Amino acid sequence: MSQDIYVVIEHLRGQVADISYVLCAAARQLAAASGGQVVGVLLGHNVQGLAQDVAVDRLLVMDDPQLADFIPDRYQQALAGLLSAQAPRVTLFGDTSIGAELAGGLSVQLGWPLVSYCRSVRADDGRLLYISQLCGGKVMAEGEIPAPHALLAMVPGGFQAEQGKRTSPPPVETVASAAVGGRITLKQYIEPESGDVDISKEAILVSVGRGIQNADNIEMVQELAAALGGVVSASRPVVDQGWLPTTRLVGKSGKRVKPRLYLALGISGAPEHAEAITDSQTIIAVNTDASAPIFDIARYGTTLDLFDLVPALTEKVRQAKQ
Amino acid sequence: MHIVVPVKLVPDLVEELVIDASGCALDPDTLRLQLNEFDGHAIEQAILLKERGGGQVTVIAPDLEGVDDVLYTAAAKGADRLIKLCDHFGQAVNNHAMARAVAEVIKPLQPDLVLTGVQSHSDLDGSIGPLLAGYLAMPYVGYIAGVTLSDGRATVRKEYPGGLVAELEVTLPAVLGIQAADQPPRYVAFSRIRQAMKSATIEEQTVAALDTSGGPAVARMYKPEVAARATMLDGKPDEVADQLVALFRELGVL
Amino acid sequence: MATATVPPSSATFSKSFYASLHEIPGGEKVRTCLQCGTCNGVCPFGYLMDYPPGKMIAALRAQRFERVTEAETVWMCVSCYACSQVCPVRIPLTAGLMTRAKEELLLAGNIPSELQIALENTQRYGNPLGESPRKRADWAKGVKPRVPIMSEERRPVEVLWFVGDYGSYHPRVQPVSRALANVFNALRIDFGILGAEEVSDGDSQRLAGERGLFEMLAAKNGRAFSQYEFKEIVTGDPHAYNAFKNEYPRLGIAYPVRHYTEFLAERLDALKPLLKHEVNARVTYHDPCYLGRANGVFEAPRQLLSAIPGIELVEMPHNRTTSLCCGGGGGGMWIDGFQWEKAHTRLSEWRVREAMKVGADILAVACPYEAPRFEDATKTVPGAARLIVRDIAELLAEAMGD
Repeated sequence: MSQDIYVVIEHLRGQVADISYVLCAAARQLAAASGGQVVGVLLGHNVQGLAQDVAVDRLLVMDDPQLADFIPDRYQQALAGLLSAQAPRVTLFGDTSIGAELAGGLSVQLGWPLVSYCRSVRADDGRLLYISQLCGGKVMAEGEIPAPHALLAMVPGGFQAEQGKRTSPPPVETVASAAVGGRITLKQYIEPESGDVDISKEAILVSVGRGIQNADNIEMVQELAAALGGVVSASRPVVDQGWLPTTRLVGKSGKRVKPRLYLALGISGAPEHAEAITDSQTIIAVNTDASAPIFDIARYGTTLDLFDLVPALTEKVRQAKQ
Repeated sequence: MHIVVPVKLVPDLVEELVIDASGCALDPDTLRLQLNEFDGHAIEQAILLKERGGGQVTVIAPDLEGVDDVLYTAAAKGADRLIKLCDHFGQAVNNHAMARAVAEVIKPLQPDLVLTGVQSHSDLDGSIGPLLAGYLAMPYVGYIAGVTLSDGRATVRKEYPGGLVAELEVTLPAVLGIQAADQPPRYVAFSRIRQAMKSATIEEQTVAALDTSGGPAVARMYKPEVAARATMLDGKPDEVADQLVALFRELGVL
Repeated sequence: MATATVPPSSATFSKSFYASLHEIPGGEKVRTCLQCGTCNGVCPFGYLMDYPPGKMIAALRAQRFERVTEAETVWMCVSCYACSQVCPVRIPLTAGLMTRAKEELLLAGNIPSELQIALENTQRYGNPLGESPRKRADWAKGVKPRVPIMSEERRPVEVLWFVGDYGSYHPRVQPVSRALANVFNALRIDFGILGAEEVSDGDSQRLAGERGLFEMLAAKNGRAFSQYEFKEIVTGDPHAYNAFKNEYPRLGIAYPVRHYTEFLAERLDALKPLLKHEVNARVTYHDPCYLGRANGVFEAPRQLLSAIPGIELVEMPHNRTTSLCCGGGGGGMWIDGFQWEKAHTRLSEWRVREAMKVGADILAVACPYEAPRFEDATKTVPGAARLIVRDIAELLAEAMGD
């Protein structure tokens, strides 16, 4: 039995998912307490050069044409072989459309307990603890990470991706694949439709309300959204005026959204709008009216005039990205 | 085609959640339960498949407060058979225990397809679907929005963040985790539910003692602190912009 | 919107639908339709409907009623009673034809998704807003003296105040409820509310085609009513008023009911000395469909407004029986998005424009749907930002120095 912390590096079509770095950051914390190493596991085909910046002590690469795409049962078999042989103390997965189903299947196959919705981890007197967010984040559950082996499915929020990165590539070891063709096959990928964006799926929304005053001012907001890598959405008055299409409408009669960042510009926060944004991770409101109800649901706010703030902010965001 | 849909009842977040005296669980007396939203999609998907290709839909639910309403509503929408799992649900039941119990009920039904909601907000030990697939020794694919059936196979659309979809083919029998049904769950008029209450029967099945191994113990449960009102940022536009950029970094959006 | 099967095209469907209209009081009058088209013309959204009421009857007579349910524009109907009001042969168009047509669409599962959410909320929580039933009396926190809740009082009261969904939960209407509580307290009215035992009156759900849900809600409210002793029910919600007055008795739940404006107008002598503070404003009053046209209460609200010192009461061109609908009735409250897509205009905006035209400073209302709807419209109608929307209860409380 080892005290190592394993991290299943998640990637899709040649891109390492952000959650993988979050996992590494959490793994570092656990390894410091357990006295083991952080070991990355990268499954795929022709993945040399991928995941060179994950903060692991060792990176195990399982390269197999059978693992070229994420096929749940093949990936599960491959990992089951590796994990049962290495017997790490804790194995971390993203609580995602890849990691969640692997972790569940492996929990039954290996007979190892699983903790999901894990937001953070910590050590207390030599014990390793999980902190999970349940009920949509309304309740936190904390307890010991079961021993001797456990699987953790993690959600973002507790660690910064930056904490899970390293500048020099980690030592790489190649391991044999145990993938077995199964009862699931990939037929094709279907690319996202090129029509208008689906604001309910966007991670960053810069949303405008009546405070934007006229159609010409939308451009200024679009520039900020572009700089942030997000899209522009709106409250009803803006869409009613035809300044933005109805696909961008957030609210009772529009879409419910759940971005990581909801930047509300000149939006008062009427209940019809407010109810549709409550699932946002962080709401930041800009409104000259200090008593606007949007400030009751926003995490941060400012009463600066958006016309003063937005150009300055766009510039600062651009600088920060360089 | 026999499709089985095991569903979960979860805390309704419209009500205030209260931690019980032990400090490590939700207070059952103040809890109001409701059908897990994704399970509603799983039921809808099952009924759509039945409407398209014929077959039978069986819905299984644990005997908790409100379960009869959930099952009769499913019947009003088109479910054929309703099974209620009885006994042992007074204690805290985790998903490993639930999946084991459900697997025992499902095995003799010999379904072609098992549909579950891809997740629920109270899955502390993983979602039901992959666990159930493990106990039934069936393949599992989750995060599905779109299912078609033909020749003992299901073709499913698995969703990845950012909108990419993988079309996968799964040999039946299989367990699928439904993210969204092909169509949003239908509305069923209250008069139809009332009819179902008169005409449909709920079968009660006793489960053997629940085995909760596989999930973690909870030592402490608490509510995260929430700021009542926004933290206000003051200063000149440039200064506030700097504060915001720092915030964006902290939030991981920059 | 879910695409569900509509009933098969057949004469049978038309016949059974036609027969079902006769089960409604006065429903047999559908036979006497003159096809004059007045109803089509007066309907605020008639120009958008493939089948406004008159054409609907024509389709019925031609035994092609399935075309009506396929067209689904009956969801533009806001049950405002304008058609019923002008029908020369008094066919119950709103309560009968339009509502029955919505019932058919709803049974087929063919309803706007926004409406589905409101109806599912009502099924689950007893209110269309999806709020916790336990918090139904939260609006009353801070009112002094305390608002008595019947289950805690355990004593007979004069007045059982039915607060209603929006009065209980909507952030714009909760202050109206508090204002009315203050008025009651100032008049030393012996009253109580049901609190968590109250559920939606269900009238708008019924007019949106959900009769089964309406009956379930009526039974629940009926059970709550039967547990307590009171002389009459008073409500601020004209939809609840309509339900208790005209619909609940048919289900065996019969209690005297009045709208708060009627109740207070009867106490003008006691009320007037309390109205010490002037409200210097030009005020126009909007007749709610379910207080005015549907139930004939026109003067009590005007008497109350006239009793407030400083107020100059002016009438809009459309008043009393010709009042313009705010767009919230018959389920309209819950399908703003659907109706906007079809109409690209809002009925509430027409009303706000009319209020502006008569030079009003304040648009006075007496229905919980209206303050939020008209206030919203003042934000989109050019130049209307200065128009203030107030419930009569709020104006009374203000005049009392609240």
